[in-house]
Amino acid sequence: MPNGFDEMHDRGGGVRTHYHAFDHWLQSTPEPQIERKRREAEIAFHRVGITFSVYGEESGNERLIPFDLVPRIVPAAEWRQLEAGLRQRVHALNLFLDDVYGEQRILREGLVPRELVLHNSEYRREMCGIRVPGGTWSHVSGIDLVRAGDGEYYVLEDNLRVPSGVSYMLENRRMMARLIPELFNRQQIAPVERYPDALLEILREAAPAGIDNPVVAVLTPGSANSAYFEHAFLAQQMGVELVEGADLFVRDAAVYARTTRGPQRVHVIYRRINDDYLDPTVFRPDSLLGVPGLFDAYRAGRVTLANAPGTGVGDDKSVYPYVPAMIRFYLSEEPILHNVPTYQLRREDDLRYTLEHLAELVVKEVHGAGGYGMLVGPAASSAEIEAFRARILAAPDNYIAQPTLSLSTCPTFVESGLAPRHIDLRPYILCGRRIHVIPGGLTRVALREGSLVVNSSQGGGTKDTWVLEGGA
Amino acid sequence: MLCRTANDLYWASRHMERAENTARLIDVTLRIAQLPERYDRGKAEAAPWRRALEALGMAQAVRARYGGIDAETVLQHLLLAADNPSSIYNCLRAAREAARAQRVAITAEMYEDLNTSWLDMRGNSWARIHGEGISNLLEWVKSRSASFRGVTIGTLGRGEGYHFLQLGAFIERADWAIRLLDIAGSEDAEGGDGQDAIDYFRWSALLQSLSAFETYRRLYRESVSAARVAELMLLQETNPRSLATCTQTLHQVLQTLAGGQPLEAVRRAGALAAQSRYARIDEVLATGLEAWLQDAMGRLIRLGEEIHRQFMVSTDLAAPLPAQQNQGAG
Repeated sequence: MPNGFDEMHDRGGGVRTHYHAFDHWLQSTPEPQIERKRREAEIAFHRVGITFSVYGEESGNERLIPFDLVPRIVPAAEWRQLEAGLRQRVHALNLFLDDVYGEQRILREGLVPRELVLHNSEYRREMCGIRVPGGTWSHVSGIDLVRAGDGEYYVLEDNLRVPSGVSYMLENRRMMARLIPELFNRQQIAPVERYPDALLEILREAAPAGIDNPVVAVLTPGSANSAYFEHAFLAQQMGVELVEGADLFVRDAAVYARTTRGPQRVHVIYRRINDDYLDPTVFRPDSLLGVPGLFDAYRAGRVTLANAPGTGVGDDKSVYPYVPAMIRFYLSEEPILHNVPTYQLRREDDLRYTLEHLAELVVKEVHGAGGYGMLVGPAASSAEIEAFRARILAAPDNYIAQPTLSLSTCPTFVESGLAPRHIDLRPYILCGRRIHVIPGGLTRVALREGSLVVNSSQGGGTKDTWVLEGGA
Repeated sequence: MLCRTANDLYWASRHMERAENTARLIDVTLRIAQLPERYDRGKAEAAPWRRALEALGMAQAVRARYGGIDAETVLQHLLLAADNPSSIYNCLRAAREAARAQRVAITAEMYEDLNTSWLDMRGNSWARIHGEGISNLLEWVKSRSASFRGVTIGTLGRGEGYHFLQLGAFIERADWAIRLLDIAGSEDAEGGDGQDAIDYFRWSALLQSLSAFETYRRLYRESVSAARVAELMLLQETNPRSLATCTQTLHQVLQTLAGGQPLEAVRRAGALAAQSRYARIDEVLATGLEAWLQDAMGRLIRLGEEIHRQFMVSTDLAAPLPAQQNQGAG
């Protein structure tokens, strides 16, 4: 049995109060009936096509992200604390982005090393001096949280570029409400269904000045993209056009969609493609996904991109250790959420310590994502550790190291029945005129026993996340 | 609506309609191929299957690909062949891919319906089809097409998207009205005592494959004849699959899309609709059915091209690339 904080049971093995209702359902429902519900969920997800495609595989080979019937439940008081922390953190990160592309006060004060920001490959010099509408850079943020052995929450990483997964949060909820409606009647579970509405609201608020009734579109790389389902889902839920680069063109620094009735202006683009691919005339010239001239239109203030280009410098793993300092500097507040203690291997002391303790630490590439480019010391063979040591020594600046956290576990259906599996949590935060923190988020679960990697591309699954309202 | 969306919706329904009609074609060919050899001297050379391929313009390709034509190769080619873009397998796949790309523009039920069809079809194999019987598969294809049509009518708002789905379905169906008539009618086996029996058999096979036998009986109350079947297939406005019905629907839908503008596509559809609406079957037969069909097919193809040009491409809109300014961060 993996050690770590058990979300459902206390140390004595008793069921925690906020899991009582669920536990009662679990105990009083015959096993075959639960089995039937699990199968029903699988069939429904397949039929609706909630899948992600894997690059390089043939069409129709989209995989299903496994869905687990046991929800992750967060008590009300706990969530209030998290919500305040998330609001604070995302607020500070937006101020940081506005600053580093503007006055650069935090760099002048020496609180964040200048070269770490200005020489960061995620820093977009093209964005310097641009005043984005409302000062919002990261309209949609996903902050990954984990819970360590003592039950304390930590921010594992920030996602300010194009965070994905919110469609699973919404579909998981729809599925649970369909499979176990009685549990929703018996307790107060905070709704998440308003997400698409709130997203549309903040996107419309972000429109260029002077536009009364802005036209919003979702820009996708296309149906071969692994998150295509989500792009289509969000466009549909918001009732806006889902466009690909080739559907748009720029004339006189304004963006138009090619429609059956001729060109139609677009004012706000919720883009689900990376900075690099936005505009081949400014960023990667070989990109076929983007729109030539888009950046000109953006710079001219004729169209809004959400998130703004250049947000990557805010969620870079080498900048992550400085987020608490940002919160103190911009908001004059103490951080509510903790960072995981982080060794920066560009520092000599940290490097020496890390190299001596590789077998205990998690080492991450600063620009890596999706669980790739990462060493989990306790789970690695000595050959793997040595290979990684060579990579670190070749470019120490590219790595950070953190203690291996024993992620919290939640009971999960596996082949042998219910067993504890490690989970994390990605809440979603929307920034417009106000900051909306969606109650809960996406809980990802590592389905392999003992595994700490929850990414869907690495065999992770998902759970519904319930934030209880009221006293519970 | 985006040009790309219009194009995808048009092809999604066009492919479903094509799959259904291919199933109907196989059905009628299977029935005709049941004629005893003494009535059809081409039978030994698989003449019914060759005629079916000729009507589709595929005979040469199949001969080159498989080295000959027999029932088995034609069935494989039309049902499952991955290298035949119009095989039922590829039609269901293309319809589902187009719908997947346009999930935003259609209802969830429509996508789920096409996705279900494709997932089932994907698991099919030649061995399984043989085991379960070809007619089971043909019935299944027809019912999947009916299901998609029903879900579309029952759930999708009557906006532009609906109209483009209609255009795709009816242009395809009009195309098949002409081709199917061609298959049953062409190359009559040589006369003799059996001629009446052969005619009867072929034409009634065609009617049955179109589920139009009862309609025919109700309408004409007489024995099945070539002239009457041609009339039913081309000119009868009460037959939901006739050329007249299809072209009139196309004309109406295009008028709606044009919203009063004098579009060339509307003019062409109107001319084609009038041609089948005001024609008389004795005149058509007197001037030659074959020539009439060829003329109608040509006009139909040009109408399809005009629809594409009007709504689905926007060549003249492309903006010139702005002057070079590659200050990019690589």
